[in-house]
Amino acid sequence: MRYLPLTQTDRQAMLGVIGAKSIDDLFVDVPPEAQLDGPIKGLPNHASEMAVERYFSGLSRQNMAASHHPFFLGAGAYKHHVPASVDHIIQRGEFLTAYTPYQPEIAQGTLQMLFEFQTQVARLLGCDVANASMYDGSTACWEAISMAGRVTKRSKAVLSSGLHPHYVNVAVTMAKYTGDTLDVATPELAAITDSARLLNSIDAETSCVVVQYPDILGRIEDLTAIAAKAHEVGALLIAVVTEPVALGAIRSPGEMGADIVVGEGQSIGVGLQFGGPYVGLFACKEKFVRQMPGRLCGETVDAEGKRGFVLTLSTREQHIRREKATSNICTNSGLCALAFSIHMTLLGERGLRDLASLNHALAVQAADRLARIPGVSFVNDSFFNEFTLRLPSEARPVVRALAEKKILGGVSLGRLYPGVEALENGLVVAVTEVATAEDIEEFAAALQEILV
Amino acid sequence: MSINESGWKPEMVKSDASAPPTFTGNRALMLEESLIFEIGSTETTGVDLAPIPQIASRLGGLERNRTIGLAGLSEPETVRHYTRLSRQNYAIDLGFFPLGSCTMKHNPRLNEKIARLPGFSDVHPLAPTQTVQGALAVIHELAHWLVTLTGMKAVAMSPKAGAHGELCGILAIRAALTARGDARSVILCPESAHGTNPATAAFAGYAVENIPATPEGRVDMAALNARLGAGGSVCDVAAVMITNPNTCGLFEPDMRAISDAVHAAGGFVYCDGANFNAIVGRVRPGDLGVDAMHINVHKTFSTPHGGGGPGAGPVVLSEALAPYAPLPFVDKVDGEYVLVEEETASEHHASTFGRMVAFHGQMGMFTRALSYIMSHGADGLRQVAEDAVLNANYILRSLEDVLEAPFAGSGPCMHEALFSDNGLAEGFSTLDIAKGLIDEGYHPMTVYFPLVVHGAMLVEPTETESKATMDEFIGAMRSVAARAKAGDPSLKTAPHFAPRRRLDETLAARKPVLVWKEPEVAIAAE
Amino acid sequence: MSRYFTQDHEWIEVDGDTATVGITDYAQGQLGDIVFAEVPAVGAALTKGGDAAVVESVKAASDVYAPVTGTVTENNEALESDPALVNTDPEGEGWFFKLHLADAGELDGLMDAAAYQAFVGAL
Repeated sequence: MRYLPLTQTDRQAMLGVIGAKSIDDLFVDVPPEAQLDGPIKGLPNHASEMAVERYFSGLSRQNMAASHHPFFLGAGAYKHHVPASVDHIIQRGEFLTAYTPYQPEIAQGTLQMLFEFQTQVARLLGCDVANASMYDGSTACWEAISMAGRVTKRSKAVLSSGLHPHYVNVAVTMAKYTGDTLDVATPELAAITDSARLLNSIDAETSCVVVQYPDILGRIEDLTAIAAKAHEVGALLIAVVTEPVALGAIRSPGEMGADIVVGEGQSIGVGLQFGGPYVGLFACKEKFVRQMPGRLCGETVDAEGKRGFVLTLSTREQHIRREKATSNICTNSGLCALAFSIHMTLLGERGLRDLASLNHALAVQAADRLARIPGVSFVNDSFFNEFTLRLPSEARPVVRALAEKKILGGVSLGRLYPGVEALENGLVVAVTEVATAEDIEEFAAALQEILV
Repeated sequence: MSINESGWKPEMVKSDASAPPTFTGNRALMLEESLIFEIGSTETTGVDLAPIPQIASRLGGLERNRTIGLAGLSEPETVRHYTRLSRQNYAIDLGFFPLGSCTMKHNPRLNEKIARLPGFSDVHPLAPTQTVQGALAVIHELAHWLVTLTGMKAVAMSPKAGAHGELCGILAIRAALTARGDARSVILCPESAHGTNPATAAFAGYAVENIPATPEGRVDMAALNARLGAGGSVCDVAAVMITNPNTCGLFEPDMRAISDAVHAAGGFVYCDGANFNAIVGRVRPGDLGVDAMHINVHKTFSTPHGGGGPGAGPVVLSEALAPYAPLPFVDKVDGEYVLVEEETASEHHASTFGRMVAFHGQMGMFTRALSYIMSHGADGLRQVAEDAVLNANYILRSLEDVLEAPFAGSGPCMHEALFSDNGLAEGFSTLDIAKGLIDEGYHPMTVYFPLVVHGAMLVEPTETESKATMDEFIGAMRSVAARAKAGDPSLKTAPHFAPRRRLDETLAARKPVLVWKEPEVAIAAE
Repeated sequence: MSRYFTQDHEWIEVDGDTATVGITDYAQGQLGDIVFAEVPAVGAALTKGGDAAVVESVKAASDVYAPVTGTVTENNEALESDPALVNTDPEGEGWFFKLHLADAGELDGLMDAAAYQAFVGAL
């Protein structure tokens, strides 16, 4: 078997050193009735590299890849062009096959990268500090709510109706077990958000307000007033960013007063991958750092006075604090954080700003074109690279009909909010730099044809 | 004749021991590298974009009006920056990485190739299911083999990592208890457990209590039985969390009895599957009465550790817990793969505890894990466990005369060998042995874990190491141990040859510097 | 004024009905470099044997227990900026908090300096 170096001769020699007659002697602690008497039933024996690859190639071909078709899906995962050097670098064995940097003298590569990543994320989100990443945006969002509870010693969170419904569902699941109270609502298919509801709901019991920016329908709203109201009563503002490229064009949540900013970092450097692995971003004000979840990398010096980096403030974490840890999180999303950081380094400030401008410009062009289709109306007043259309009929079958025409034309609100009739005609459309003018035209023509 | 006009004469001067300082601070192939913020600029970019069409902005008046401060590099500078950083890392690809409890086995490159096929890497999680049948098939197929290999009833695929899987299992247990109106408040964990176990139990709202261990490193059955019965007629123990094989590298021979006792008391058995590699293909946890177990696919099923994630933590569930599994999951109905989400949960899966993550889990890890399972097959996976256990016992028996092995007398170990720092010279500890191993070209074993052994050293070779590699490691370990016993002062200052000497972790924690700041700003703030 | 010690390595110096609490020199030596100390808020009601403060070294976090029941009257703010005081002067400048004793009788079960030295010597 190609992954196993021991030969039969080696095995015999080693058993001799151990003083065992056979391999079975090493499994004496396992009761005989719990041991299988041969290879597991049903699973075929080992296969060649070629045979395995052939099998997967067949399955891969059954899927419509984003790059092969006009593609307009977003709603929490975005298709951007990832430069070739990103995937090349993350496949270097020294990054790919390294472990968590617990021995810092021989892990400075990963540690310095994490320090750079933390700096990039903190600056992008407009916060003082950021951690070394979380699993994804949805789990980062719950961790932020949980952290706000620790900071404020309160347990009521007010969630904007513009927060991604999967993120809401994750919080609802967790809150069932932690005893937190969540104030949630379903969005309306309208240009205005529910900020009035949020302002009314914030009271002296509130630990935090959670607002997505831009929100699930693509709307962009100034968070300053919500931050002010939250701070007035001692609550925190948590902002959630699912499309970080947007922050190349619009103000950061931190600038507008958010105390904790979390996000989904997938759209920078990480492929769509059918939902994972992704990379959760987590940043906050410096004064809350000891309540943060997850790993943190910090600067220090070595015994010769040279600058170096280590994982630090570890006493917050499960491997030391056990049941009193700030979170049970153990791993981060290291390799995806690396991909994010490389892509961000390639972009730089100028590249990110241009990329954001390009996304917005193409989205504006697409919006204007799609809104001209008879029966289709445009929902947003403001948007970055994603907006919502109101179709004259239910959007879900339209999305399926578009797929039949080999166009991946947006995410229906019916998929995201099943059973909510008021939303069933809504279609969320994302337009990034990968969409060509021809793609937009093809999409518009097909949509018009289906709606007739 | 003509004289050598270029003057080029190869010369071999006898080496002199002193290494002169260099102008750059570099040491030939050991290259120093500054931060991107020190070498890049906000004006530099390594990407070329299409022209930006002129449009009237519709950003709601929130156009960014401040600089972000993101340094950029051109492509050649970027490639060089990260290539230089990469060379300061130890990795499985470079050498032996016997980090106990982490299963640092070889990461096959076929897996990387397969994960990058466009039908898996370039599909959107919310794409219409008719366009992603092949991706759903991968999830369904992997789920099938995980259930088969563990002898369980069902599997939740969406958890993002081992600790997230633990959370999934504990939430399923809590949902099952709630469904029968049973409000239990305590979870029992042995002291040798991974820190994630008690942290997860607390995160899910439980009080955590310790299960005592016997001197042989196993669960103390008498103490467990006493605790299960302690609440009188009403037992308050929701679950026990057991790692098997445990973190001392030993199989719990009483596992079935533990499960039976817990079930008889109305509780559930959670098994931490971190050490599944020792038994894969030979033992099915389902046969031991386990109700839930997460599988670290980055351990047993060879997906890369990536410098600290991403992992994936599918959780296999017993018949009693399967109805409570989280959303979403993949099902096959009339030959077509479907996703069961909130919409159809009420018809297909009414008791679910809900969603614990956006989307469907770590697809990029599922492809790799399935590729690994198919490559090894039934015969290969059984050989994996056997070779992993053989390698660990070989190391245990080759070192027990120079390092104290607290449980070596009780019989063979499973996939990892545990040593303590008893018997070293005054002032020398496990840390010094670890740093000495770095100079010998190894990644150290896991140190100071499990907590039940003083100065623990947990060595897990895995099955993907050759006898020659282990023989060399054994030699190095014997040499370093001898130095530690003799009180060799040069060991206290190791490592000597790594990119950095010992780092000041106290300074890092007392005055945390977590982001880079422009020097003038840093000075002004002081 | 008299100083008492607990088996959990706290010291308590009693002056009338108020007392100062810290951790012993032995304890700081076992913990190693202290990087953070979290002290109780003024007004906090502490119960004998209950969690009162947290002290962190690089690789460990330890709870400091209240040696007696009482109400916190003052905490050592200097530890926030200079946690190393716990290492350099644990039984002086590195004190954690002061409290108002609820029941002086609780002191009876504690050790004096000689008894504590003997206790530590036997560890």
